Amino acid sequence: MWSYIARRAIQALFTLLIITIVCFILTRLSADPLAQYATNPNMSTADRAALRERLGLNQPLPVQYFKWLGLAVQGELGKSFFSKQPVSLMIGQRLPLTLILMVTAEIVTLVVALLLGIISAVKQYSFLDTLITTFSFVGYSMPIFFIALGLILIFAVKFKAMGWPYLPTGADIWDPKDPGQLVRHMILPVSALVIIGTANYSRFIRSSILEVLGMDYVRTARAKGLTERAVLYKHALRNAALPLVTIIGLDIPYLLGGALVTESVFAWPGMGRLFWEYAQRGDFPVVNGVLLIVSAAVVLFTIITDVVYTIVDPRIRLS
Amino acid sequence: MSSDILNSNGVPTLKVESTGAALTPGQLIWRRFRKHKIALVGGIGIVILLIFIIIGSLLIPLEKANYVDLSARLSSPSSIHWLGTDSTGRDGFSRIVYGGQISLIIGFLAVVISVSFGTVMGGVAAYYGGWVDGILMRFTEAMLSIPSLFLLIVLGKLLGRDIQTINVFGLSFSGSVGIVIIVIGLTSWMYLARIVRANVLSLKEMDYIAAAKSLGASNSRIFFNHLVPNTMGIIIVSATLGLAGAILSEAYVSFLGLGVQPPTASWGNMLTSAQSFIQRGAWWMWVFPSMFIVFTILCINLLGDGLRDALDPRSARHM
Repeated sequence: MWSYIARRAIQALFTLLIITIVCFILTRLSADPLAQYATNPNMSTADRAALRERLGLNQPLPVQYFKWLGLAVQGELGKSFFSKQPVSLMIGQRLPLTLILMVTAEIVTLVVALLLGIISAVKQYSFLDTLITTFSFVGYSMPIFFIALGLILIFAVKFKAMGWPYLPTGADIWDPKDPGQLVRHMILPVSALVIIGTANYSRFIRSSILEVLGMDYVRTARAKGLTERAVLYKHALRNAALPLVTIIGLDIPYLLGGALVTESVFAWPGMGRLFWEYAQRGDFPVVNGVLLIVSAAVVLFTIITDVVYTIVDPRIRLS
Repeated sequence: MSSDILNSNGVPTLKVESTGAALTPGQLIWRRFRKHKIALVGGIGIVILLIFIIIGSLLIPLEKANYVDLSARLSSPSSIHWLGTDSTGRDGFSRIVYGGQISLIIGFLAVVISVSFGTVMGGVAAYYGGWVDGILMRFTEAMLSIPSLFLLIVLGKLLGRDIQTINVFGLSFSGSVGIVIIVIGLTSWMYLARIVRANVLSLKEMDYIAAAKSLGASNSRIFFNHLVPNTMGIIIVSATLGLAGAILSEAYVSFLGLGVQPPTASWGNMLTSAQSFIQRGAWWMWVFPSMFIVFTILCINLLGDGLRDALDPRSARHM
């Protein structure tokens, strides 16, 4: 077991190293961080060259990379060129709001998807199953901004036009520290995330339960005379939950990155929007910092999920 | 001859089918695919869409799709503008036709890139093994760990930074289309690379490969008669489902304003302006491009699922 974890950890370190190289090259070259000063009349070309030299932007790329890596290993992600704030501080400010949004959405999604998936599997080929399967197939084929814009159109624009109580579009200015405003602004983005997320999860849960229901031990349980309830909850669900653990485990790190499109449509001040705003400005320390944290979390959770799976599933024996 | 290939594949031939005249693999695949009614519906949907776009672009000149008519801006669907107009008065219906053309071309070419790249990566890694395999797979893993939308944005910024210059020299907007194709192609090959690698690795260990070798089959015979046909199914399925993913990715990057640049229409960038004008109730700008995206992706996904069942002899669902 420990040798397996050690082997995976060494592989993960290599993967992380490659991630830092890929991210650094992509973000560093994708835009000139000093481009914002190009139109500044108070700054001459000579001033910009001097600034470039002071920030170390004129050094060879490998030198810049190793300098950045050396600091990043110590947890120092640099400062934003635009806001002049340390990247870790900016991420620290955005992370709680992203987690509030994403964790809420993930929990609601799981509850709804489990419900739909179980109904769908137990009543296979019924009208309800057809309905749920159709919904999940359509939802699976849908870009999230379709739902997001639709929700805005109905619950913000049309409701307001009708004189009914309406929800904010996200275009207004609001204070995330006020719980009332926070909840009001959360309803639409969470709904959009839940609709798309449920479509994905329920499809998976349905097929996972159906597979288990076809197993010999389920037939044995039924032959013993157990009630259908006991068969479902004591035998089928527990085993069907195993692959679900993997899916959830692999999805957790992505919660950190937030939902880029949803956050920008609803103007939610989270990590995804931070990334998007600063990617547009070419502010590579911020973009690189977000990429590195989310990617590192993905690598870490892949290992954790695999290890947990080998513990939870007794059929897997590592030799 | 054809039945020889099937038997040497180690596939348990279906009893019903093996009693009649020998069927070619193609006939068998078609037979299984035909049973999949929903996949057939998906296929028909795609054909209808293609006919719509081809006939539409023959009847409507491109100038009409890009014609700005400020007096007719933001008009709702009418007998003149069937699907309404956008914020600069361009005709929605013509833009749907030409946008569809662009979206499908981008999806198709991006899949060509990602399939070629993924197959070569996976094939080389499995064939050479050792440190080549190690490095290629760590790289694949690193690329998979970076959230795909983040990767799309950063690579889009990197390749798209000179796009304005292309516009200035009169090479028009075709530059952005090419960049979107490359960006999507280069960020979506990883899953296929892994699948191809795993498949080639497991095929190498199969008994029928050993049998073919012991019968004195040449390397090229083993490669073309055994490895290629057995990997082709996976590649075709992956390419089909990848097409849906690529069209969705195009919609996302164009929606964010990084993809295809107006006046060239794509279903994604038609929705960019819908985002700001939906606040004023311009529902047609949102609903029509979205419907076409969802319909297209749904049909391709249905077709892909059917193909998977038809082409993968190990899949049990067709039984």
